[in-house]
Formats: sequence, structure tokens, C-alpha cells
Amino acid sequence: MDMVTTITSFGRSGTFDWLYQRVSAVVLATYTLFIVGFIFLSDDFSYQTWSALFEQRWMRVFTLVALLATVVHAWIGLWSVVTDYITNRMMGPKATAIRVVVEVLLAAVAVFYTVWGIEILWGV
Amino acid sequence: MNKNRPVNLDISTIKLPAAALVSILHRISGVVLFAVVALLLCMLDASLESEQGFADVAAAFDSIPAKLILWAALAALIYHLVAGVRHLLMDLGIGETLEGGRRGAVMVLVVAVVLILLAGVWIW
Repeated sequence: MDMVTTITSFGRSGTFDWLYQRVSAVVLATYTLFIVGFIFLSDDFSYQTWSALFEQRWMRVFTLVALLATVVHAWIGLWSVVTDYITNRMMGPKATAIRVVVEVLLAAVAVFYTVWGIEILWGV
Repeated sequence: MNKNRPVNLDISTIKLPAAALVSILHRISGVVLFAVVALLLCMLDASLESEQGFADVAAAFDSIPAKLILWAALAALIYHLVAGVRHLLMDLGIGETLEGGRRGAVMVLVVAVVLILLAGVWIW
């Protein structure tokens, strides 16, 4: 019954989506705790300490990995939400078209976030 | 399929036990967080731009509406993180029984409320 819609899922199968969702969750939890820890544990949290942190290549890479994890995680989560609520049962025959439009918009935002993040991290 | 089988999809008549409440809030906070990413990227961009940009981000949070937006964003993040940790623990087989699930759900709500209140104290 769900065969048609699963082609838009991130990992193309429930097993891979399940795994990607967990791996990205662990990355995001680690990144969040790191940032919170940095802000609270810095003796003097200022522009100097903050920009020095992001001058380190590992921090830029860590941030990029977290951003990519965000995009993957959000896609899998929002896909679940969208395929649960924007359905033919809930909205009638137009649901499939509406769902595709919403998915395309979400994907566009995901690409926008990724490019923006890379520009912040590496652009001048 | 028997088309006359009884169906109850009237959400207002369906009970919402703690686990269901935790689940729907996890979804709502997840959707909210996808928008919050734009706010975070904006803040990251400005804070790394220059010392003035960093000061501007800090100063922006002096106003009450900005404090409320930041608190709401942090609340979504805290809640989503705590509920997500419960998912990961359940994947490890912890709290999978009916009673364990109930207790875990209540714990998520309690821990999230406490952390969200602490975040509020930190912001003000």
C-alpha cells in the first residue's frame, strides 16, 4: 500500500532510514552538548573565543557534519510526518500532488541551509 | 477488504496517554526545529562576521520578544533532544515494556520541563 510513496524516503527503505535517523541523532546530540559545554565552560565567552573556535578546521568540519546530519535527520522526520498527514485518506485525491510539492519545498530549504552553512563556514 | 468495518479516526475522541503525548510533541518540536535551523544559521553568520556582529547577536536578546523566540527555540531543541534520547534508550532495549514506556514518557516530560525552565532562567 505504501510502495509508491517510499521512493521519496531518504534511505529508500525503512531499515536505512531507521539507521540514518539514529546516527544523525547521535551526531546532533554530541554537537549540541559540545556547543552548550563550550558556551558555559569558557572562562570568557566572547567574540575572540567563539571566532577562534571556528577558525579551527576540525570545528568547521564538525559543524558541516552536524549540518548535513540535520538535513538528513529533518528529511527522514518530515517525510514521516508528511506521509502520515498529507494522505489521500486525510485530504482526498489531491493529497499526492500536495505532498510532492511540500517535499520539493522541504528539499529546496534543505539545499539552501546546506549551501548557506558552507558559505558561513568557509566563505569570507 | 471489508469497507464497513468500524473506524474511529476522530482525534478529539481518542485518549492521549503520556507516551502518545511525548510522541506527538516530538513530531511538533521536530517540525519547529527545521525552521529554527534558519535562526541558528543567521546567528552563526552574524556572530562570526565581526566583533560588532557578535555584539549585535548578544544585544538582540535584550528585548522581550527576542528572548521569547530564543526560549521557544531552545524549548523545542531541549524537548526534541530529551525525547530522542528516550528513543535511543528504547532501541537498546531499555524501557520497552508497557509500564517502562509509560514511566519513560513521564520522565521525558519531567526532565524536559525542568531543563526548559532552567533555559528560561539562563535567558533572563
